[in-house]
Amino acid sequence: MINIANYISNKNSKGEKVLSVFLTSGFPDKNNFVELALKILDAGADMLEIGFPFSDPLADGPIIQHSSQIALENGINIQKTFNFIEDIRKHTDKPLIMMGYANPVLSFGTKRFAETAKNTGVNGVIIPDIPIEEYENFFNEEFSNLDTILLVTPTTSNDRIKLIDEKSSGFVYCVSVSGTTGLKHQNKFTSVEFIKRTYSVIKKNKTLVGFGISNEEDAKTFAPFCDGIIVGSAVISSLMNDDKGNSKTLKLIKKLKGTII
Amino acid sequence: MQVLDKYNLPDLKGHFGKYGGKYVPETLITPLKELEEIYFQLSKEKNFLDELENLNKEYTGRPTPLTFAEGLTKYFGGAKIYLKREDLCHTGAHKINNALGQILLAKKLGKTRIIAETGAGQHGVATATVCAKFGLKCFIYMGEVDIERQSLNVFRMKLLGAEVIPVSSGSKTLKDATNEAIRDWVTNVKDTHYIIGSVVGPHPYPMIVREFQSIIGKETKVQIQNAEGRLPNYIVACVGGGSNAIGIFYPFINSNVKLIGVEAAGYGINTNKHCATLTLGREGIFQGMKSYLLQTDEGQVSEVHSISAGLDYPGVGPEHSYFKDEVIADYFSVTDDEAISATELLSKTEGIIPALESAHAIAFLDYLMPKTKNGEIVIVNISGRGDKDLNTIKDKLGY
Repeated sequence: MINIANYISNKNSKGEKVLSVFLTSGFPDKNNFVELALKILDAGADMLEIGFPFSDPLADGPIIQHSSQIALENGINIQKTFNFIEDIRKHTDKPLIMMGYANPVLSFGTKRFAETAKNTGVNGVIIPDIPIEEYENFFNEEFSNLDTILLVTPTTSNDRIKLIDEKSSGFVYCVSVSGTTGLKHQNKFTSVEFIKRTYSVIKKNKTLVGFGISNEEDAKTFAPFCDGIIVGSAVISSLMNDDKGNSKTLKLIKKLKGTII
Repeated sequence: MQVLDKYNLPDLKGHFGKYGGKYVPETLITPLKELEEIYFQLSKEKNFLDELENLNKEYTGRPTPLTFAEGLTKYFGGAKIYLKREDLCHTGAHKINNALGQILLAKKLGKTRIIAETGAGQHGVATATVCAKFGLKCFIYMGEVDIERQSLNVFRMKLLGAEVIPVSSGSKTLKDATNEAIRDWVTNVKDTHYIIGSVVGPHPYPMIVREFQSIIGKETKVQIQNAEGRLPNYIVACVGGGSNAIGIFYPFINSNVKLIGVEAAGYGINTNKHCATLTLGREGIFQGMKSYLLQTDEGQVSEVHSISAGLDYPGVGPEHSYFKDEVIADYFSVTDDEAISATELLSKTEGIIPALESAHAIAFLDYLMPKTKNGEIVIVNISGRGDKDLNTIKDKLGY
């Protein structure tokens, strides 16, 4: 199976930054979700982060709260998300990451989650409410077969970034603004300064920047100071108002990828 | 129940056994650390302790009385019943104890903006009150359902100069107000302090709130010694998040006193409309803590119900989860209807109209008192007064 860090390195060595796209599992339509995911990969996404829904998504702004709600109403859960990923995996070698909050995973069983993830072709997990303080309590040894991607934010000190870099695998997720997903940058200069600082401290992992990247201009601003970018709310928002063929969203993905090649 | 030689939880990482901890997005780790440091520093400083003591005395009106409930004792027969009168605190509930402590921490941290969540509105009112007194901007998140049923408290907060922000997500109650407050904090972490209203959320909040609320139990201990020359046999308190209960329990956990927490059974624990988290929940991770949680098989947080907005919450403080597992306290539940009857009982026998939250503790006396004997002592924590609930009570009683 593909290794996320190597995959990013290979892209970078060709002069490309990677584009990671967040999708809420089963959103907007659970019947076409696998097809949508594959189209997004075709349009230029290098990897996918697939979010399984939680009733109380603390780190998310209104857009992803809404998509999570719809996913829950569509009956989406962790098992169904594994089923989607199993289907997507049949058609792609690109990294597939699962993202979501700790409680549904705890309920599913952390051991069972890690085993199922490995068997369905998941490469890594992002659990935003597990900071390094709770890392050992949550990620038991079964997770050693998966990358556990940790986050740094503008409030994270350099010393702490080093600790996070040490524990993280796959890449380090650099949250470019203090806030929930989908937030716009108040001050891009401050964000760029933070990303530069972070990028210089992170040694072991690749660094991908997310939160607050919604268009080509944002991508252009941040891409030079990291190894790739992550787009979430902008894609979800586009999917909400798109046509049946998702042409608007696919165009957005193409443009974003085009900007950072 | 155990008698503990030495209880020194939480540990340095904020764990009460397997519960508690810091299950939060990375952005909040630094402010939580700062809060913890300033708290440890100030809790050793005489100036800080004196200032808080003086405020408790001169502003809140502490110590609150421990009232012998003669009418209620006669009504039940058996043990003598005493009431710890947190309803007589300034603002009408125990919530002010914590709000005053935390506003002093916020000032020391140099924060200029205060946010809080509220269910019944008592914590919102307490927070708005201390912000008015100390001149800090105040924003209170409150679910739309609660805004409706606690309208008088909404007006009080506004009169005190706070902005009340309606929350329309989820069940539109306390849990959703808490989610929004946490999102606000993540976004405005630089200038904002979040005054959590109960012994819930990530470390160090459950520890800090316990410390500020344990004045209830400390006073009770002295007062019952003065009145009866000994400690009580039972202490009863309602549990939503559990701050008034921890506050009165904590100073007694090393003694041979039976501690009883009463949760809200709503329409009944056989329905799915209740908030009996410790009775029917299981381990979960929610709003920054690991604790008992009412949730679906798939780990989605359940929609819960209580007639009392302050108990209408699917989680519970992590220390209560530990107390339950270790049998340091016992937890039971009573229904909406039982709480309403208890409100009427206390009003008519003692001339004290309790908050609907506190009425849950009174309601449990129906179960407890037949088991008590003459010469025993029961203390019930009246965590707040019932003025805010008059509309709800009036609708229920229909006179």
